[in-house]
Amino acid sequence: MLREIEGSKAVAAAVAACRPDVVCAYPISPQTHIVEELSRLVKVGELDSEYVNVESEFAAQSVAIGASAVGARAYTATASQGLLFMAEAVYNASGLGLPIVMTVANRAIGAPINIWNDQSDTMSQRESGWLQLFAADNQEAADLHVQAFRIAEELSLPVMVCMDGFVLTHGVERVDVPEQEQVDAFLPPFQPVQSLDPKDPVTIGAMVGPEAFTEVRYLAHRKQQAALEVVDRVGREFAAAFGRQSGGLLHAYRTEGAETIVVALGSVTGTLKDAVDTLRDDGVPVGLVALTSFRPFPEAAMARALAGAGRVVSLERAFSLGRGGIVEEDLRRVLWNRAGEVALTTVAAGLGGRDITAASLVEVLRRADRGELAPLEFLDLDEATVAAHLAAVGPRTEGAAS
Amino acid sequence: MTTSTTATTAPQQSEGRTRFYQVGSFAVGNRLLPEVRSLQSSRERNNTLTSGHRACQGCGEALGARYVLDAATAAAEQAGGSLVTVNATGCLEVFSSPYPESAWRLPWLHSLFGNAPAVATGVAAGLRAKGRDDIRVVAQGGDGGTVDIGFGCLSGMFERGDDVLYVCYDNQAYMNTGVQRSGATPPAVRTATTQAVGDAPGNVFGQGKDVPRIAMAHEIPYVATATVADLHDLERKVAYAMSLHGPRYIHVFVPCPLGWGSKSSHTVRIARLAVESGLFPVFEAEHGEVTGVSPIRRQVPVEDYLVLQRRYAHLFRPTRDEQTIARIQAIADRNIRRYGLLGHPDAVPVLNDEVTGAASTLGARADLNDAPKED
Ligand SMILES: Cc1ncc(C[n+]2csc(CCOP(=O)(O)OP(=O)(O)O)c2C)c(N)n1
Ligand code: SF4
Repeated sequence: MLREIEGSKAVAAAVAACRPDVVCAYPISPQTHIVEELSRLVKVGELDSEYVNVESEFAAQSVAIGASAVGARAYTATASQGLLFMAEAVYNASGLGLPIVMTVANRAIGAPINIWNDQSDTMSQRESGWLQLFAADNQEAADLHVQAFRIAEELSLPVMVCMDGFVLTHGVERVDVPEQEQVDAFLPPFQPVQSLDPKDPVTIGAMVGPEAFTEVRYLAHRKQQAALEVVDRVGREFAAAFGRQSGGLLHAYRTEGAETIVVALGSVTGTLKDAVDTLRDDGVPVGLVALTSFRPFPEAAMARALAGAGRVVSLERAFSLGRGGIVEEDLRRVLWNRAGEVALTTVAAGLGGRDITAASLVEVLRRADRGELAPLEFLDLDEATVAAHLAAVGPRTEGAAS
Repeated sequence: MTTSTTATTAPQQSEGRTRFYQVGSFAVGNRLLPEVRSLQSSRERNNTLTSGHRACQGCGEALGARYVLDAATAAAEQAGGSLVTVNATGCLEVFSSPYPESAWRLPWLHSLFGNAPAVATGVAAGLRAKGRDDIRVVAQGGDGGTVDIGFGCLSGMFERGDDVLYVCYDNQAYMNTGVQRSGATPPAVRTATTQAVGDAPGNVFGQGKDVPRIAMAHEIPYVATATVADLHDLERKVAYAMSLHGPRYIHVFVPCPLGWGSKSSHTVRIARLAVESGLFPVFEAEHGEVTGVSPIRRQVPVEDYLVLQRRYAHLFRPTRDEQTIARIQAIADRNIRRYGLLGHPDAVPVLNDEVTGAASTLGARADLNDAPKED
């Protein structure tokens, strides 16, 4: 049903339609509205689910682990410091092959503490073995949750749905909230591959030594690669069932004939589409690839999408301190056999909630088209402030945030 | 239960005096009476933790876990149900589950070191959601996993009222990582991180988390302490705990020969001396109120307990540290006062204690002489 609705509420409605057996909640901005709405739905009886108010994010993920291990559909949500606080259990859930679904309302990581949006939090968990799907808008955020449970349970792997904090979670827009009957038809009941069953007692979480650990890891790697097909297929099946494009591996926008292609994740891709349109009107050949499935990374699909480009710009809401782009590294692998032909640069943007304006994007893409971008740039960096600070304290800028 | 010096089967004769299999247990012969026979003495026992695991010889934790889980399984089955268990990282997890082997004959889940109570909450919530109220949940961990790193999760599980029996096997240090101090390590104990060097050797005084009492402060339905010296008592407490719902906590004192520097054959004796000296009070509580204590039959000085363990050797060699021994005695005396452990009329004097090796000063000191002397 089409509704004018806050992103968090749309996500909560979509999650509720997936009939989770257990919902674990611990508050952190900007994730709070999602779990608050779910608690309400449980309280009023619209959602038949065990709602567990836990004492930390570490416990939230742990409760989800326990629930999933007995074959219950488990959901939780977090952000930022909360994701880091649960990190040990995040890795554990994927290692145990438990199909938990978690929303991450993307937020910066402190210090300095900052509640606003960037994607440093989920990027820190990129090797955790979870699938990481990024929503471009609230419609996709809602839809991705329905797909996430399907994908997770088919693969027996956990899935993170990443949505930009505040920009999406607190943004009110028109969303076609997935209907219960549609979701029921799309998402079969959870059939665990393995669960704690007294009739067939299994030992889950055994200690594995050097004699088998490499094989376990290798098989996990293969499973991640096989997940690409599932993410892609479920996206197509979703489109067929719900009549709209959401999810999948990536979305290419006006990449035909594009000399310069910008790759980005999340809500900025909406503004980027506008920027691409503006530039195309001016005859500047730019295109966009909105990456949905960051983990597993769709190398082949990305290579196809970038095939015609001579310049690739990785626009990232996070970066690796002291080094540069994170997604850039994945793109470098995609482009390795075209290394001499393609210029790959990174633009770090929108850190800690800094607005990314269409004007700034248009400007940076114009410069990209002219081949003027440095390997790593920071969008709208206040050069004067930085210069003043460096002049005062020198290059070792401890305690820079005064 | 009364002390018996007669048995229904022919006792072993030695030097003209009667010797019993369960030396010093105050329970000689009871295991032979059908009505008080322990579950372990039955061929029908579950063997939830079966043989072949890799625990050290004389491991109190292995002994305790086997009794606890067999008793819990039996209780669940008697009620027409079954059991699943969640295990924290630690010795118990490591020695029982080296892939591709497993010593567990019940559904068993290990996730992390610090999250067993929360994982158990999730298991209970998942089972409730699936309508499986016939499957009961037991979580277990060492003292480090329980009183330190998992404490937040444990308190959360208590506070929410989750339907989980949590069992802590207290060997008073982080054994799996090589005997480091935990929040449950008693004063003066030598561990790898509280070494017996300097002016105040061993662990400091005034620390240590009394988790049974903290559990009581949560006013949960049931809290009990127990030891591997009284396995009947342990079985009974587990069975009782299983008859209740909501969060329940049992804290089991389990000597660790490797970490404590004690003889493998002294595990049960040391546990008994901990009780009889007053250092480890055995009691149970419901909704925050103590409902019963195991009285001390015959008080022994703490020294009897200390001398059997190399982790306390610095209190006796090269010179006796009277002051520290007295401070430890004061802790025992305070426990005895707090729980009223002495002066129970049903306490029966022990006969033949020198011979049986019952908790007597003499019997214990004799052991000092042949206790291993090197660290
Ligand atoms: C987060 C984390 N920190 C530390 C460890 C290392 N570690 C594994 S087992 C263990 C000690 C376990 O001690 P305890 O809970 O007392 O159980 P025991 O081995 O004595 O039975 C430690 C410190 C770990 N596995 N995970
Ligand atoms: S180190 Fe201690 S607790 Fe661990 S297996 Fe050996 S005796 Fe048992």
